[in-house]
Amino acid sequence: MKATNRIRYIVLFLLFFISSIGYAQDTSVEMADTMRANGKIYVVVGVLSIIFTGIIVFLVIIERRLRKLEKGQN
Amino acid sequence: MVNQSTSPGIVWWKWVGAILVLYSIIQGLLIQVPRLPILHETIRNLFFHVTMWFSMIAMMIASLVYGLIYLRTNDLLHDIRAKQYAYTGIFLGILGLATGSLWAKYTWGSWWVNDAKLNGASASLLVYLAYVILRGSMEDDHKRARVSAVYGIFSFTLMLVFLMILPRLTDSLHPGNGGNPGFGTYDLDSKMRTVFYPAVIGWILMAFWITDIRIRIEKLYIKSWES
Repeated sequence: MKATNRIRYIVLFLLFFISSIGYAQDTSVEMADTMRANGKIYVVVGVLSIIFTGIIVFLVIIERRLRKLEKGQN
Repeated sequence: MVNQSTSPGIVWWKWVGAILVLYSIIQGLLIQVPRLPILHETIRNLFFHVTMWFSMIAMMIASLVYGLIYLRTNDLLHDIRAKQYAYTGIFLGILGLATGSLWAKYTWGSWWVNDAKLNGASASLLVYLAYVILRGSMEDDHKRARVSAVYGIFSFTLMLVFLMILPRLTDSLHPGNGGNPGFGTYDLDSKMRTVFYPAVIGWILMAFWITDIRIRIEKLYIKSWES
């Protein structure tokens, strides 16, 4: 097989894969796209929810420790 | 000297506050908002920036009330409460100024504009910072409590003048200022109200939660110092 032929096959397979990637991004195919829709605002919502939930967990842990200390004092 | 009763753990209103704020974060970013020029999506800051000021005012009211209760009862526990509510209020006020400054940069074009509401807000924060300095300048517990409770009445009145009255006498870039507005003139559409009011209540409850923790820590500190 000539080198040019080999390059031809490689290019053929490359184009094949690229086209398949392009097909996967076709919006007509229903995917779990919620986190990518509307300018990906859902990702920000997720991040903020995680941060706020983390702060709440933090406050709850402080509450528990404080209650233990208060019980120990009395 | 200080009341010896134990405080309850995580009472129901703390959960209510947490859930309401979480709801306002999620829904505040997702609901449809009015399409307005200049503001664009930043109108959503209403749910986060304005709630800081509402909860600051709630904290200052609590501080005022406990200051008055102290003056009637001479129980230092109420003085601790008045102090901690004022401190949380100042913290929320600083957050309000910082978020407002960022918002102003991208809508009004500058970090600080010479607006009656902005200057009023910073002036009332300075008045409350003077409250902190006043407290720090006195050694005797009861003297400090009495003087700062009286000063608290004065500073609360000044805050109302600076935030509520003066911005309405002059023109302000803030909506609902200049002239004599009722609540109906705030350009809040009904959909935004469904997030704004829960957000206000939620942040006020969060502020009470944080202050509750600080009060209990100070009580523990005082008890361990006394024994």
